Amino acid sequence: MGAATEAKSEANIKTVENATCTFCGCLCDDMVLTVDMDAKKITKAKNACVLGKALFLSHEEEDRPFALIDGKPATLKEGVEEAAQILANARFPMFYGMSDTTCEAQRQNVALVDMVGGTIDSTTSVCHGPTGMALQGVGESTATLGEIKNRADLVIYWGGNPAESLPRHFARYAVTAKGMYTPNRKKDRTIVNVDVRRTKSVPVADIFIQVKIGADFELLWALRALVKGRHVDPNIEKRTGVSLETMKDLVERMKNCRYGVLFFGMGLSMTRGRHFNSAAILSLASDLNEYTHFIATPMRGHGNVTGADIVVSWQTGYPFGVNFSRGYPKFNPGEFTATDMFVRGDADAGLILASDPGSNFTQAAIDHMKKIPMIVLDPKLTHTAKLARVAFTTSHYGINTGGTAYRSDGVPIELRPCLDSKYPSDEEVIRAIYKRVEQLLKTRKKTKGTNNKRRKAA
Amino acid sequence: MDSRESTFMAETMTLIPGRTTKQGVGLLESKFKKQYRDATTTVEINVEDMARLGLKDGCKVRLRSANGVTTVKCTGRKTEDLPTGVLFIAYGPPTSKLMGTDTGASGMPLSKHLEVELERVN
Repeated sequence: MGAATEAKSEANIKTVENATCTFCGCLCDDMVLTVDMDAKKITKAKNACVLGKALFLSHEEEDRPFALIDGKPATLKEGVEEAAQILANARFPMFYGMSDTTCEAQRQNVALVDMVGGTIDSTTSVCHGPTGMALQGVGESTATLGEIKNRADLVIYWGGNPAESLPRHFARYAVTAKGMYTPNRKKDRTIVNVDVRRTKSVPVADIFIQVKIGADFELLWALRALVKGRHVDPNIEKRTGVSLETMKDLVERMKNCRYGVLFFGMGLSMTRGRHFNSAAILSLASDLNEYTHFIATPMRGHGNVTGADIVVSWQTGYPFGVNFSRGYPKFNPGEFTATDMFVRGDADAGLILASDPGSNFTQAAIDHMKKIPMIVLDPKLTHTAKLARVAFTTSHYGINTGGTAYRSDGVPIELRPCLDSKYPSDEEVIRAIYKRVEQLLKTRKKTKGTNNKRRKAA
Repeated sequence: MDSRESTFMAETMTLIPGRTTKQGVGLLESKFKKQYRDATTTVEINVEDMARLGLKDGCKVRLRSANGVTTVKCTGRKTEDLPTGVLFIAYGPPTSKLMGTDTGASGMPLSKHLEVELERVN
């Protein structure tokens, strides 16, 4: 990763090298962006995948109000006042999202939720939250993507489709990338894909294992038994759709590789078994370390969802689903996670930062969001912004706003913005709300103290 | 639902919502424009199942889970790509209507492998 360089020509064209694409968890930081500064458009995005190209080339600052209150245009100050009043008066507010913004904004969001005694959750809870729970129980044998690129000679993708969700994963890190000990790229690696259907990721695999729907846990547990030299009944094929011979062949490959990696997707964490599936694959990697070096790591979708886990963890001790009602952080998935709090009707207000649960949460949760005052920060008009009491238009992280984001392997990457924006960053809006809520709470405390004194005097 | 629509037999299948490139590109453009809407309202069905149910590409089908109902259009996938009895659709507002609410104390509602009844609409 070199330093960003900028060069302007007479046509007012700027080139930004080593820019970072924030669409997915790969956080590719080798973008070369050509920017027409007069038109305020990115005209070329060299090295970008299809999703990165769409991110950069379709970027256009929409001419929207700085804020909407009940759908009506408002100033930023009015929006901040309304949002602060909502949060200062809420008894059990839910702060959700954070996967598409900077760590700096995430950090301010944690400070705000701490001050108001609310609950904070990120999109992790409906992504690899179960994996977060699993690794607390069984540990994690892990590595950076750079180490994997340089060393892995057996790469297993399980329950994920990076060809469509992380398009450069193969070329940059794990399949066709040239590594220190894998100089011949794919020829030096064996690629295995395990999935319930033949996705667009399957063609790059040397071996495709089609597991029956809902049988991932059983297959992983049978593989663990075989790794440990236990007997496995051949009837396992009826349950899993995978023959014992295929399993034994995979186990031999895993035990005899030089460096193995299990990349797993939401085909494990979002389905029956959830954290048990994630725990099974993490445990399989641990078991294999008796024979060789083996790691297991989740594939993360959103650009800075890993950053949300990391920031919330270093500020509260827990990665997601954290409540501050008692003045200290409590972690309890199922109780303090967004879907649960909205579905049960517990949350009496919501702040959604850089996320759109209004388009992807279960309908019962969306129905509750419609009933309570919601605050939304997003560069675009979203389904959630449409149902919000206050919707702020913010600048786009990575394009307009600099800062830090974490790649899916936990490596922090610096963002290199290429265009200015008239809209404030998420961090600036959260800071402004924080400041105003702090004033409101102090005034309230003072008033309460005066009233108590009057009562005592009377 | 009118009486004409209910004359088709409903069949129980397993729905897998997931991410696709078209959906990803569409949401970057706008979630309120055609590309995203098309990507999230098209369900993939095994071609043998389609033939048995008298469905053609573009036919509308109603998907009903224990939690809700939505109507989408269908497109065929070969048996080696998508097993019989299995459906695939990109995440989006229609899948929200079908997802469960119980997270099993994990925060994650079951979002894949949803049991749905599929019924032809037209």
